[in-house]
Amino acid sequence: MSAAVLRPSGERAVLVELDSLTAAHALSASILAAELPGVLDVVPAARTVLVTVHRADQLSRVATRLQQLAREPGDAAPEPATAAIPVVYDGADLAEVARLTSLSTAEVIARHSAATYTADFLGFAPGFAYLSGLDQSLHVPRLDSPRTAVPAGAVAIAGEYSAVYPRTSPGGWHLIGHTDTVMFDPAADPPARLQAGMRVRFEAVR
Amino acid sequence: MTLTVLDPGGLTLVQDLGRPGYAGLGVTESGAADRRSLRRANRLLGNDDGAPALETTLGGLVLRAEETVVVALAGAPAPIEVVAGGGSTRTGGPVLRLPAGAELRLGVPEWGMRTYLALPQGVLTGRTLGSASYDTLAALGPPPLQAGDVLQAGAGEAVIATVEAEAPGWHGAPYMLDLLPGPRRDWFTDGALTALFAEPYTVTDLGDRVGVRLHGAGLERARRGELASEGVVRGAVQVPADGQPLIFGPDHPVTGGYPVIGVLTDDAADASGQLRPGGQIRFRRRGDW
Repeated sequence: MSAAVLRPSGERAVLVELDSLTAAHALSASILAAELPGVLDVVPAARTVLVTVHRADQLSRVATRLQQLAREPGDAAPEPATAAIPVVYDGADLAEVARLTSLSTAEVIARHSAATYTADFLGFAPGFAYLSGLDQSLHVPRLDSPRTAVPAGAVAIAGEYSAVYPRTSPGGWHLIGHTDTVMFDPAADPPARLQAGMRVRFEAVR
Repeated sequence: MTLTVLDPGGLTLVQDLGRPGYAGLGVTESGAADRRSLRRANRLLGNDDGAPALETTLGGLVLRAEETVVVALAGAPAPIEVVAGGGSTRTGGPVLRLPAGAELRLGVPEWGMRTYLALPQGVLTGRTLGSASYDTLAALGPPPLQAGDVLQAGAGEAVIATVEAEAPGWHGAPYMLDLLPGPRRDWFTDGALTALFAEPYTVTDLGDRVGVRLHGAGLERARRGELASEGVVRGAVQVPADGQPLIFGPDHPVTGGYPVIGVLTDDAADASGQLRPGGQIRFRRRGDW
């Protein structure tokens, strides 16, 4: 794989820093596959994987194994799963995005639904995945003033990312559409529709 | 065993030891803000350490026991008043027997933020992803208590146990919080590291279960630029662009984009669950900085 730098993160966690998103996802997958004793939580992000253990005395042993896993070639990484999310492009900010990008709304929709995205990491809210791969021409800044309530299922863009709001929450991204796909259901297994590393496509349904 | 909530006070939540294992899906661990006090309250009744209990903030909670019940309290020492049979008794706890019909009233604690009230075998409530905790950021778990809510506890006889004395030193001024080096300590100047340990910080009123903002010496960065979002832990001391540190609490977001200069020990993270606005803290250097 690649060089990994282990950075301390308290009595029961270590942050593993890698040189790319791909390496972070590959390490995260191999940690989960290795079922290391003592590991409590694994949080892949853009260039890091945070690993938490149950008890402080397990940390050094786990850290040694993380160094080994990071050095091993990532040949075991399976082809990432792809999720298709049907979208109705009727968002409150669709016209504003068209204005900001000097594109027609039809062209905004075409470019958003043409791309294949990667779930870089989850955060902000349960099941909220930061999806990279957004067409360069659609990179727009966040709203000057965030909305206090973005509806569940809202499909949004901001900066280099697109996302789907799993439930009603505050939010500062531009809303371009909505989906009826349930993004987070505590009773489902797994509870989150998207996981870090997955590929995502948005399909325009009208 | 049944109790009725007559007044939830400022904020009363059901909390246990949280829901680890889902952070990769954007679900933080949550759980009691002061886990040591939750464990202590449970141990007083012979419950499992992590049985769901009530976490109430700055007093004001009023409960009525519909049947005779034994309860235990730990954490911020709220004055306790029991109203029964037309009379009122002030009591010190930590374990008390409430006769049927008695009201338990908690006043504002002398120090600290959160008082834990354990019931026999824990509060019986639904679990979300294995935990009865309410996560205030994600709104997962049983919602905050409201007047009129009915709490169910186990029917068994409480086993009143002897437990260790309340942890000392939590109410001294300033609080001392043990700090280990964080993953991004190299983002800060030597001067920032010196100031971090030399100066007391004041707890602002911008504090909740997500995090507590501090005010004091600004912490200067040694490098510019943006940090890509990365996983953070409870007790992480993150420094936003304005240089004023904040301590992540139990309902912190699973990832953050500002550098983490240090991380509290688990004990100090529990102590930080008792920080009250206007109070002062000092960080104590632990580990290899």
